[in-house]
Amino acid sequence: MKQALIRYLPLVLLALAWEAVARFELVSRLALPTLTDVAVAWFDLLRSGELLTNAADSVYRGAVGLLLAVVLGGLAGVFMAFSRAVNVLLGPLVELFYPVPKSALIPITVFWLGFGDGSKILLIFLGCMLPVTIGAYNGARSTDQALLWSARSMGAGRLRVVWDVVVPSALPELLNGIRTAIALSFVLLVLSELIASRKGLGFMIGLFGSGGVYDAMFATVLTVALLGFVADRSFQLVMRRALAWQG
Amino acid sequence: MARVAGSTALTAPVQASSLATRVIHYASRVAARSFTIVVLLLVWEALAHSGVVSRFMLPPLPSVIVRIIEQLGSGEFFVEAGRTLSRALAGFAVAGLAGTVLGMLMVRNAAARWFFEPVISVGFPMPKVAFLPIFILWFGVYDLSKITMIIVDAVFPVITATIVGLQGVEREIVWSARNMGATERQVLWQVMLPAALPQILTGLQVALPIAIIIAIATEMLMGGVGLGGAMLEASRSADSASVFAGLVETTAVGYAAIKAMALVRRRLLSWHQETQRSTGF
Repeated sequence: MKQALIRYLPLVLLALAWEAVARFELVSRLALPTLTDVAVAWFDLLRSGELLTNAADSVYRGAVGLLLAVVLGGLAGVFMAFSRAVNVLLGPLVELFYPVPKSALIPITVFWLGFGDGSKILLIFLGCMLPVTIGAYNGARSTDQALLWSARSMGAGRLRVVWDVVVPSALPELLNGIRTAIALSFVLLVLSELIASRKGLGFMIGLFGSGGVYDAMFATVLTVALLGFVADRSFQLVMRRALAWQG
Repeated sequence: MARVAGSTALTAPVQASSLATRVIHYASRVAARSFTIVVLLLVWEALAHSGVVSRFMLPPLPSVIVRIIEQLGSGEFFVEAGRTLSRALAGFAVAGLAGTVLGMLMVRNAAARWFFEPVISVGFPMPKVAFLPIFILWFGVYDLSKITMIIVDAVFPVITATIVGLQGVEREIVWSARNMGATERQVLWQVMLPAALPQILTGLQVALPIAIIIAIATEMLMGGVGLGGAMLEASRSADSASVFAGLVETTAVGYAAIKAMALVRRRLLSWHQETQRSTGF
């Protein structure tokens, strides 16, 4: 407990410094509302339900897009490592789309699917797929040949080998790829909601910002930051669980 | 100190194959690798003409190519790419320098480590772009807020890579340098940093695409001359050929930047064993 306090004391100090700078108006209140005002605004947003409904919209978009990226991207990576034909077919596409700056896809997904959920889900799927694919590919490629041979010699079919041998040995790199994808999904979600959306947390931030309601804007920004932090930390827990057998 | 004479380059075994078989081999490789991309382009063209999707959603390929050539010919592309890259590289340079220095400081100084460690472990996984409207509020909609956003986003991977790199330096090397009378400063600059360089460069290689992604995104949000700003303008006026041209152009710029960075890495690490080995993606 005491250790945790010492460890996170710098964050507390930063929060106090924020409060002091804003309270004594070392900078204009307009540029920096006090932390207490931001906290009050946060509870108001929570009570009105505004925060929860918009957060639910954002989480839905992010979760569906990520799920598609992880399932399809992971499958593509494993099969690219396992099958020469799949590699020849998909490898050039991965190389072609890898250097696309993901934010450049935002106007195109809006062209295709409009301002709603669909364009965000597609954007997150397209943007987050490649880190997963590359993680799965590099991981699966490093599978020990001897394990593959012994599995085959003991009569395992091709799919059985993929599921029981290739996927477990690809897991560490695959999970790292997914972790990158989670971070990227938040970036793309917030950007696309700021640029082209009518709901979601990113939309709220933009709306409060242009309306000059800065305490509510700071409250929403901190909410998004907290969500991203919690998502990463929980995934790290999952990773540790999933890789516990490695010792 | 004297240079070690002679080279350690490994000469690849010369393959005894005739020119003709090598040409055929090379051609078939190129054909196999470009197959999917050709199919993709054909499907695009077929879809654009089929009427299944509108011209607005998928402009025909030739119209996109013509637009790219126009923008190259008028010099528009070079102006926009120059502005976007200059912002991205300015932010990248500051982030690279500040990240390396901060990482070094955190490894060597306990107080700095105590203060920055929680800030970085909480800040790294946060979606920093959410702070963009705050930077707009503080710094306006011009280059200052854009570059600040790029720095804040790109600095974290550099800091963590520098820390991991410096902490991973083998103690024996440091000990023997000290033993031979190297000062602390010499140990840092001539032993620790070169040994940590591969990791630091990896951090920079993560940071560069981030800088470009954020540069384009900030232009889309705030406007301004640049590739992202041009895509925003084009999408507002429903000029989809220009939007797709923008996607191709930003990808080309991103590709060139990634390749240039890989080249810098090979140059700086020409002494390192990894340069001899080949890597995946």
